[in-house]
Amino acid sequence: MHELSIAASIVEAVSESASAYPGSRVKEVRLRVGALASVVEDSLQFCWELATQDTPLTGALLVIRKLPVVVHCDGCGVDAEVDGVQSLRCPRCGALAADLRQGRELEIESIELDEPEPNEPGMGGEAKPVEERK
Amino acid sequence: MTTRIVELRRGILKKNDELAAGLRSRFTSAGVLVLNLVSSPGTGKTAFLERTLRELRGRGAHVAALVGDLETDNDARRLAASGAPVRQINTHGICHLDAEMIGKHLDGWQGVSLAGLNYLFIENVGNLVCPSSYDLGERIRVALLSVTEGEDKPLKYPGLFNSADAAVITKMDIAGPCGFDRELALKNLNEIRPGMRVFETSARTGEGMEAWLAYLAEQARPS
Repeated sequence: MHELSIAASIVEAVSESASAYPGSRVKEVRLRVGALASVVEDSLQFCWELATQDTPLTGALLVIRKLPVVVHCDGCGVDAEVDGVQSLRCPRCGALAADLRQGRELEIESIELDEPEPNEPGMGGEAKPVEERK
Repeated sequence: MTTRIVELRRGILKKNDELAAGLRSRFTSAGVLVLNLVSSPGTGKTAFLERTLRELRGRGAHVAALVGDLETDNDARRLAASGAPVRQINTHGICHLDAEMIGKHLDGWQGVSLAGLNYLFIENVGNLVCPSSYDLGERIRVALLSVTEGEDKPLKYPGLFNSADAAVITKMDIAGPCGFDRELALKNLNEIRPGMRVFETSARTGEGMEAWLAYLAEQARPS
């Protein structure tokens, strides 16, 4: 059960990145998770709620994009998507393929932020463009 | 309100990965071969490692071990019987070791300097899921499974077995009574990690230890 550590790492990384956009609120966090990354989606979602509690990320949605395993087959000379994770074989010729090209990812792809309009009374109540605030 | 999308494209465990990369270059420049041993609880990691440490010391190699457990220093005391310097890491509930814990325990380890070692073994917390995500700066990750665990262990935990460089089957001395299907176990390992080196061993009888020690010597040789 290391999903709580993973969730905490996401909160830390996203908070750091979002701090470059003062006044913004994180709406969504999008991940890319490989099928061999040993991360259980339901468990991560559960831990996400815990890890974001009482942080600026409370209520942010966690969107997990699962990536299938892709191997490179020397015989066929192509990268091919493997069905499942039980056998790393080329789906075209059936040969074992040790060269893994995708499947271990554990990445934050992007975040979606809500930002106040430049002329919207928001942080500090001034109608100044965001760029000029600093 | 307006919406802004910020592309991050960063590893979730980037901090750990960076620390691990730092450790790896430290290990490389010190000329020490570092191995991370991972298995379920009860596979026999400690018995296997104890025998490995004893055999290596008997051949004049300088060895040390870090051992991770949630609680107790029982494993460190068992391993210390080999005569090698051993340091216990208690994670207090955390199910895996991470690079920061390794770095902290290398500092101030009395009587041990990395440059004076040929081999450093890290015995991870008994767990076949979580340790697979955490790079410890090791050069070789070894997944262990015992003949009592079932031949389909690699299929049940593909993430861990796929991330390993070599596999060790332990308790081969009781393979017969356990009805262990050796061919099937080897096939399953090869399906998850094609071409993986596999060592069939018994810490009790010494079976398979020669091949394992020869592998270690070959990996430790400067390339």
